Amino acid sequence: MVTGYAIEARGLRKSYGDHEVLTGVDLSVARGTMFALLGPNGAGKTTTVRILSTLLDADGGSVTVNGHDVAGNKRAVRAQIGLTGQDTAVDELLTGRENLEMMARLFHLSKSAAKARATELLERFDLVEASTRPVKTYSGGMRRRLDLAVSMITAPPVLFLDEPTTGLDPRSRADMWAAIRELLDGGTTILLTTQYLEEADQLADRIAVIDKGHVVAEGTAAELKRKVGTERLKLTFGSADEAVRAADIIGGVLLGATVSVAIDEQARVRRVLNLVHDAGFEPSAVELAEPTLDDVFHTLTGTAGAKS
Amino acid sequence: MTQTLSKPTETPSTPPPAPQGSVLGQTLSDMRVLIGRNVKHIARNPEMLFQAVSLPIVLLLLFRFMFGGAITVPDLPYVDYLVPGLIVIAIGFNATSTVIGVAADLTGGLVERFRSMPMAGPAVLVGHVVSGVLRAGISLVITVAIGLAVGFRPAGGLVGWLGAIGLLALFAAGVFWVAAWLGATAKTVEGAGGLGMIIVFLPYASSALVPTGSMPGVLRAVVDNQPVTVLIDAVRALVNGTGAGSDGWLALAWWSVITVAAAALAVRKFHQRAKS
Repeated sequence: MVTGYAIEARGLRKSYGDHEVLTGVDLSVARGTMFALLGPNGAGKTTTVRILSTLLDADGGSVTVNGHDVAGNKRAVRAQIGLTGQDTAVDELLTGRENLEMMARLFHLSKSAAKARATELLERFDLVEASTRPVKTYSGGMRRRLDLAVSMITAPPVLFLDEPTTGLDPRSRADMWAAIRELLDGGTTILLTTQYLEEADQLADRIAVIDKGHVVAEGTAAELKRKVGTERLKLTFGSADEAVRAADIIGGVLLGATVSVAIDEQARVRRVLNLVHDAGFEPSAVELAEPTLDDVFHTLTGTAGAKS
Repeated sequence: MTQTLSKPTETPSTPPPAPQGSVLGQTLSDMRVLIGRNVKHIARNPEMLFQAVSLPIVLLLLFRFMFGGAITVPDLPYVDYLVPGLIVIAIGFNATSTVIGVAADLTGGLVERFRSMPMAGPAVLVGHVVSGVLRAGISLVITVAIGLAVGFRPAGGLVGWLGAIGLLALFAAGVFWVAAWLGATAKTVEGAGGLGMIIVFLPYASSALVPTGSMPGVLRAVVDNQPVTVLIDAVRALVNGTGAGSDGWLALAWWSVITVAAAALAVRKFHQRAKS
């Protein structure tokens, strides 16, 4: 296996008019690993993927994908990548098999090679039964699997998955995860964007948290969790309103009626509880927990009433 | 559906065969594949074609039997005057589904995927245009067949018909490239439906249904010289064997220019859309 990075981005910037979508994104994705770009809607995830996959030119910065400069030979980059975007990119009137064969032909496989490849991928992505039906009759999960199968026609070394499971039911999501993991096992480098923390936690080797157009933290799931403290004290209040007022006093991250505070030393537990008590609030539940990616995310992106 | 996604232990298959051919060869192949795609659409979605020819047929029967008696045209029975005009109207009707189809491809994820592939993106437009011209051909056959059934007796002979079909094919290419351009311009599929109406109504402001002789001066000057009128007059003369004269050359010139310009605009718009 070749060593080094399959995807490297340095200082990516992109604006639409006055609106800066990316303010300097740096990413390095090692070969054969899965990298998750985690962030809320509008953070710049899709824009980043569109630049990395040659669909969009950056205003500044540089990108290499598998050694090819994206600003240079786009066609060479395109031969190295697969892309599954947010909208399913298949033809509704054609059958699953016809879609795969058409796409294979557009990747310039010969007719017989396209047929053989379609058969192989239909089996691999569990679409054999549905292969002769028009795609408009498919369920959401089947469409995504077909979409993923299309991305894998040339077995590209680098695969971009832009929110591959958004809108899927839990069962289909699990199917999709299994399929994605399998690609990773086959040696594909995968960059995935997601709004789901669990997805990043489950699948990715490394995670970059992106917010307001730049990466605010990067590391393994464990590293990121460590960033927000070893443990967290979670206080649940009777109402969200009460929680907001409590958060004003003790700081921490607000999630609905729960306030979550990082605990760096045991004495802090007592101090926090005393502060709450003195202010006249009584939490309905108190819990000491390992940090979740949720905490990481909300602490780093500053959503909700983070003060600490 | 059960999820028997193959086990991770089954190492993913042999890499697929390497791509074939030169860039030019690949571009031609992309066009062929995408023409095939749109031709399949005609078969899968016959309502599209049915809708496009049904109104011209209603118009044919209406004008032939209800209004036709009150309309007199110089030198020709009215039905011989009418059918060539309706062929052109039918082609215009076919164009709306092309405007919508192109817009749907561009607003959905499909073209986005094409752009990320090492292929000729605008080939997707070629697929729409060529299948459009094919649908135009089918609607021509249907309109002529029904025309013959209600008394259309063209006297143009083989040469006249070949000339007319050639001009109509060129006209259709122009119309469908304009449709592709409008479809690439539309921001939404709904908007595309509205833009498509432009093409549908242009043939009405021509000599398709009635001669321009009775129209008021300014309108007549416009209608007489608009490219659809020029084309209809030429086609009508060719199929009826009355001599197209300068109209034939004029139609050829008009629609060659329109085809080339619309194709250039459509491809340019296609690339511009990629940048946003």
